[in-house]
Amino acid sequence: MLRVATAGSVDDGKSTLIGRLLHDSKSLMADELGTAADLARLTDGLRAEREQGITIDVAYRHFATPNRRFVLHDCPGHAQYTRNMATGASTADLALVLVDARRGMTEQSRRHLAIAALLAVPSVTVLVNKMDLVDYAEERFDVVAREVLDWSARLGLHGVGFIPVSALHGDNVVERSTAMPWYGGQSLLEHLESVPAANGAADGPARLPVQYVIRADGTRWYAGRLASGTLEIGDELLVLPAGTRTRVRAFEDGGDRAVAPRSIAVALADELDVGRGDLLARPAEAPEPVRALEATVCWLGDEPARPGARYLVKHTTRSVPARLDAIEHRLDVTTLADEPADRLELNEIGRVRLRLGSPLVPDPYEQVRSTGAFIVVDEATNETVGAGMVA
Amino acid sequence: MHHLDQLEAEAIHVIREVAAELEKPVLLFSGGKDSIVLLHLARKAFRPGELPFPVMHVDTGHNFPEVIEFRDRHVPDVLVASVQESIDRGRVQDAPSRNQLQTTTLLDAIEEHGFDAAFGGARRDEERARAKERVFSFRDDFGQWDPRRQRPELWDLYNGRVRPGEHVRVFPISNWTELDVWEYVRAERLELPSIYFAHEREVFERDGMVYAVSPFLDLNGDTSFTASVRYRTVGDMTCTGAVRSQANELDDVIAEIAATRITERGETRADDRVSEAAMEDRKRVGYF
Repeated sequence: MLRVATAGSVDDGKSTLIGRLLHDSKSLMADELGTAADLARLTDGLRAEREQGITIDVAYRHFATPNRRFVLHDCPGHAQYTRNMATGASTADLALVLVDARRGMTEQSRRHLAIAALLAVPSVTVLVNKMDLVDYAEERFDVVAREVLDWSARLGLHGVGFIPVSALHGDNVVERSTAMPWYGGQSLLEHLESVPAANGAADGPARLPVQYVIRADGTRWYAGRLASGTLEIGDELLVLPAGTRTRVRAFEDGGDRAVAPRSIAVALADELDVGRGDLLARPAEAPEPVRALEATVCWLGDEPARPGARYLVKHTTRSVPARLDAIEHRLDVTTLADEPADRLELNEIGRVRLRLGSPLVPDPYEQVRSTGAFIVVDEATNETVGAGMVA
Repeated sequence: MHHLDQLEAEAIHVIREVAAELEKPVLLFSGGKDSIVLLHLARKAFRPGELPFPVMHVDTGHNFPEVIEFRDRHVPDVLVASVQESIDRGRVQDAPSRNQLQTTTLLDAIEEHGFDAAFGGARRDEERARAKERVFSFRDDFGQWDPRRQRPELWDLYNGRVRPGEHVRVFPISNWTELDVWEYVRAERLELPSIYFAHEREVFERDGMVYAVSPFLDLNGDTSFTASVRYRTVGDMTCTGAVRSQANELDDVIAEIAATRITERGETRADDRVSEAAMEDRKRVGYF
């Protein structure tokens, strides 16, 4: 299964692209085709969106070809809905960024690429769209691709793919275009079918955040989703942050091993004080408990983040009080310059230092995404106000 | 890893998070295939222990008798929130279709029991407004959904914090398609109410849909006839259309669904047809 997030400026034709992809791959059901002449309207599910003709929130579309199952996360392009784009991109395996062939990169596309880079979406593909409006010219495609490539390199994004398309006419979306003989690469659908599925989770260090303790017949089963790695019966484990040692005694399903990202329940060899919020890991590759965090944060709250402010940080299954000690700098998404900042406004990205009321046991986000990510919650409003990635 | 394993792992993770972070969850069960899968996932999530929360059915009184029989057999301790009772108490007025009345009964039951989380078997592929809903869908103290202000949902970190009186609707099978649900039913050998498989029934046609003859629907001059039909979705007898089919084995039903060109709800749910934004409007006032 491949999760694909689409991003692009308001006028770059993102919804048209999705409509075209579903239409040409024959995923659209007959009753859906009948309700909208405009392909873009097919994914604008909310009344307000259809009235305004724009996407406000993420829409999840499912489709399948004989070769693969897909989920499309159609993300808003508007700057004011960046928090919704972050939602859609955080669980994506591949980011599809649309750029208008006539206009090239806009501030919005810079931002979307920056968010994809920040969230470490495993694969990024750029669609240079509206090729029909530039006479399907190779020179124009090259100029735009080079512009994007320069920007991607500065973001630390590598292996970015480029495909020239016309979402409106279908060129290179499902079928290869006859109008662009100079392009020898795959169509978008061919590319989506062949991109390797990003399940590196099983290869990483073993990480089991305990979600829930199941008590039955005098046994305690520690339930959670294996965030990374594999576990086998007999494996020695550390319970963190306490640091106590034990071994895997049994798996609830009767098996002898478990592989990420399965949800499991495990019994331990010793009677220990283990509960929700604890992390089980192998001693040789265990992360350190910390009382402070350096992280990159994307601010999602209406109220700006200010040094000294108090929040709740949720990391895997553990929530701790935290104080924003410092905003080290804000990242200007359009220039990639670091600027000093005394606060972070909605949709801004910055590097921060947080002091924790209780220890957390994270990995750097670049190494293990599931245990390197956290959210920031405002206790007064209950809102999720930040998305964080541990440095 | 097979995509069904991945989907199952996610759903169980979501269910356990709710049990851990909220005080009084409830699992909404209708006897339809999605809620049957949901209940199975919930039982798996807490094995070998017991389900740590109750199961509730918002019963319109217009259900297929086969579904009620299935419910009573599989979930003998189900909590029933009765629309008929809401009508009798004057909370709502009866109507030919009781679909919309469920919202009041549901919200009253949530308030009465003090539930702060309700699991539902809704899926994103079912309908346009559902495609936009978060896995954790926040409802204010009037049960209302505001689609313009959904909480950001990052990675698999869920924020289910609510104030007294508020609750969150949780949809663990959000990312499952209709076909995924059927394939899971097959893989896990789950039993479904018999109406999902082809059987002979007395029906009549109205507005391009085939309805069962029942005490709840007036024939109004339409003629009834017997046909071999199955149900693709299970709503009330008053608003659920049947599909003409001979498929009475699971494999055949799955093959038919895989080949179909009409969406599940488009084929069979008259409650969605009222307007283009029918589902969104119902959700805004507290529907599932």
